[in-house]
Amino acid sequence: MKLNKLGLIIESEYLSRVRKKTFILTTILTPIGFLVFTIVIMFLMTAGTDQKKVAIIDDSGLLGLDTSALASNNQVVFDYNRTYKLEELKSKLEEKGYDGVLYIPKTEEQNPEKLESLKSLKVEFFAYNQLGVNAQTYIQSTLAQRIETAKLHKMGIESAMLEKAAIKSKDIQFDPKNLGKSDTKAQEVSSSRVYVATFLGGVMMFLIYFVIVIYGNMVMRSVMEEKTSRIVEIIISSVKPFELMLGKFIGVGAVGLTQFGIWAITIPLLNFLVSLFFIGRLQNVQSNMPQQQMSSTDMEGMMEVMNELWAFNYFQIIFFFLIFFLAGYILYASLFAAIGAAMGDDWGEGQSMTMIVVIPVIMAFYIGIAVIEDPNSSLGVFASIFPLFSPVVMPARIVFEPPIWQIMLSLALLIANCWLFVWISGRIYRAGILMYGKKTTLRELVKWMFIKE
Amino acid sequence: MNILELNNVVKRYQQKIAVDHVSFDVPESKIFGLLGPNGAGKTSIIRIITAITKADEGSVFFSGVPLMAAHREQIGYMPEERGLYKKMKVGEQLLYLARLKGLSKKDAKSRIDLWFEKFQIGDWTNKKVEELSKGMQQKIQFIATVIHHPKLLILDEPFSGLDPVNANLIRDEILLMKQEGISIIFSTHRMEQVEQICEEIVLINNGKNVLNGTVSDIKQQHKEHLFEVEYLGDTLLDFDNLAELQSNENGKLIVKLKEGIESNKLLRHLLDNNLQIIGFREILPSLNEIFIKTVQ
Repeated sequence: MKLNKLGLIIESEYLSRVRKKTFILTTILTPIGFLVFTIVIMFLMTAGTDQKKVAIIDDSGLLGLDTSALASNNQVVFDYNRTYKLEELKSKLEEKGYDGVLYIPKTEEQNPEKLESLKSLKVEFFAYNQLGVNAQTYIQSTLAQRIETAKLHKMGIESAMLEKAAIKSKDIQFDPKNLGKSDTKAQEVSSSRVYVATFLGGVMMFLIYFVIVIYGNMVMRSVMEEKTSRIVEIIISSVKPFELMLGKFIGVGAVGLTQFGIWAITIPLLNFLVSLFFIGRLQNVQSNMPQQQMSSTDMEGMMEVMNELWAFNYFQIIFFFLIFFLAGYILYASLFAAIGAAMGDDWGEGQSMTMIVVIPVIMAFYIGIAVIEDPNSSLGVFASIFPLFSPVVMPARIVFEPPIWQIMLSLALLIANCWLFVWISGRIYRAGILMYGKKTTLRELVKWMFIKE
Repeated sequence: MNILELNNVVKRYQQKIAVDHVSFDVPESKIFGLLGPNGAGKTSIIRIITAITKADEGSVFFSGVPLMAAHREQIGYMPEERGLYKKMKVGEQLLYLARLKGLSKKDAKSRIDLWFEKFQIGDWTNKKVEELSKGMQQKIQFIATVIHHPKLLILDEPFSGLDPVNANLIRDEILLMKQEGISIIFSTHRMEQVEQICEEIVLINNGKNVLNGTVSDIKQQHKEHLFEVEYLGDTLLDFDNLAELQSNENGKLIVKLKEGIESNKLLRHLLDNNLQIIGFREILPSLNEIFIKTVQ
C-alpha cells in the first residue's frame, strides 16, 4: 500500500466535504442554534411575563373572605371582587382592567357546610383571550391548596403542624458504598456522583451514536455515488479498492472530528459569553422573587455536583471515549461501505439493506439508555462487551468505573471485530463496486467475500 | 517489442467463464483494436490489463515483465461508462486524478494548464463537472486518462457520445499519441472506426479469441476473391471458366475468381476479348462483414 496515495485519497475525501456549503452551514448554524436557544431561555427567565389580572367572584363562599392567601405569581394576579355581580363584571371586563373573571358558583356540594366532603371544585372562567396552560395550572394549584388548607383547618389540623411533620425523599440521605473496590477513595460514592455520571455517560453515548449514524451514512452515500457515477473504475485503475475504502473511512471520520472539535470549543464558549451578558439580569430577577431563592441545601447540592464533576478521571474517560469512538465508527463505517457497494443504481432498494446496519446501532442506543439506569446489570455487562453494541454502550458505562477486565475484554473484542469487518467489507466492496445491473441478495454478498481478486 | 502479452488468460465469475484461455500480444506504438460484441468479455480483459482484477489462470506481461500493481501509473484507462465526480470542480478533479497516477502537484498543474490551452477550455477550471455538457465532460475525461503520459492507453468506446467535431479532435489526439510512441488499445464494436485507425486487432467472442492479426492480413485471410471490373461499351459474359459472374450493373461487373486462378489471368482474358476496361480492383471484405461472419 502506498501511503502517499492513501494520503491523497484522505485529503480529497476530507477537503471535498469540509468545503461543502452544507458542512459549513451545519457547523456554523449548530452553535448559533444553541446560542439562540440559550438566549431565548435567558429572556424567558429574565423578562417580565405578561401578567393576567383575574377577578374572582366567589358565590360559594369556599375561599372565605380573606384573599391575601391567594398569592399572585408573574403570570396571574388575583383580585378578590366584592362589589360587582358576575353579569355586571362580564360586560365591564375591559373597562375595569381585568383580563378575565374566575367564577366559583354555589351549588349543593360547593358550599362551606359541606366543605369536608368536597371532592372536586367546578369553577368558570370568562375572558376574551383564554389563559395559557401555565397560568391555568397555577390557578388550579392555588385553588386546590386553598381548599385543602381550609379542609384541614376544619378537621383541626393547622398548616404549621403539617410543615413540621413533612419529610421529603430528598431528605433521605442515601450513601452507597461499593464493596467491590479495594481502594478507599472509590468506596465513597456520593449520590450526586451517580447523577453526574449518568449525564456524562449519556452525552458520550449519544455522541457516538450520532457519529455512527450520520457519518456511517455519509460513507455509504459516498460509495454509492462513486459506484453509480462510475468514477470508481477510474480511481481503482490507480489505487487498490481497499486503499480507496480506507481513505474514505479516515477522510470522512476526520470530517466528523473536525465538526465536533469546532462544536466542542464554540458551543460552550458562546454559551458562556451569553451567560456573562445575562448574569446581571438573572440576579435582578432572583432578588425580585424571594420565594424562589435557592435554599442553602440546594446550594450545597450544586457545590457537590460541581465537585463531583471535577472528581472524575477525565484522562481515562476521554482516552477510552476516543478509542471506542474511533473503533465504533470504523466498525460501522465498514458495514455501511459494504452495503453501499452492494447497492445498484436504485437508491430505494438500498433502504432495506441499510436497515441491516442501522438496527443494531439503534438497539445499542436503547440498550445504552437502559444501562445508564443500571450500569452493572447483566444486560449492561453483556452489551458493553458485545462488539456491535459496545461502541455505544461501553462509553455510557465507563464513567461508572466498571471492572477493568470488562473494559479490556470489550476493547479486545471490538478491535478484533474491527479488523474482521474491515477485511470482510473490503472483499465485498472490491467485488461490489464493479457489479452493475443485478439485484444483490445477502447470499451474493457472502459469495463476493470469496471472489478472487 | 510488445507492450503487452497475454498468455492463456482465464477469468471466472462464479460459474460463468468470462475469459476463456485468451492469448494475444499488443505491439508497442501501435493502435490495437480489442473487438467483440457486447458481453463477449472485453471489459473483463481490460480489467485484467489495468490490474483492477487478476487473472485466475495464465499470465500477463507488461513490457516484458509480469504485470503488477506498480504498472498502473504507466497505464491510462478510459472506461466505456464514463465517470467523474459530478460535484467536484474540473481543475480540482484533474489534479486529484493526476496525482493518484503518481504525478507531483506541480507537474500535474502545469500539464493541466497545457491541456486547457490545447482544448481552449481554461475557463472551465472552476466549473463543477455537472455544469458541463456531455461532450465537454468527455474532453475532461480524456485529459484525465492521458495526463500522466501513460505508456499504454486503453480507450473503451472513446467516440461514443461525441459530436463529429469533438470526435475528430479526440481522434487527432490519439493519432498524435501513437506517433509519440504510446501504445493504444482501442476497444469498440464500431467497425468503421477500427478500419480507420487500428493496425492490429483481436476479436473476442464468448470469452474466446476468435480472430487475431493485422487488419490487412485478416482481410486477406477472409477475402472471397471478388473483383470489380468497370468497363465501357458492351458486356462480356464469357469468363472461360476463370471466374463466375456475381452481378452486372451500371457498367460494373462483380466476379468471383475460381480456386487457384490469378487475377492477372482474368484481366488478360478480358483484355484479349476487347472489353474496354476503365477499372479493375479486388473487393476485400470490410471488418464489419468479417466480424459478423465470425461471430455468427
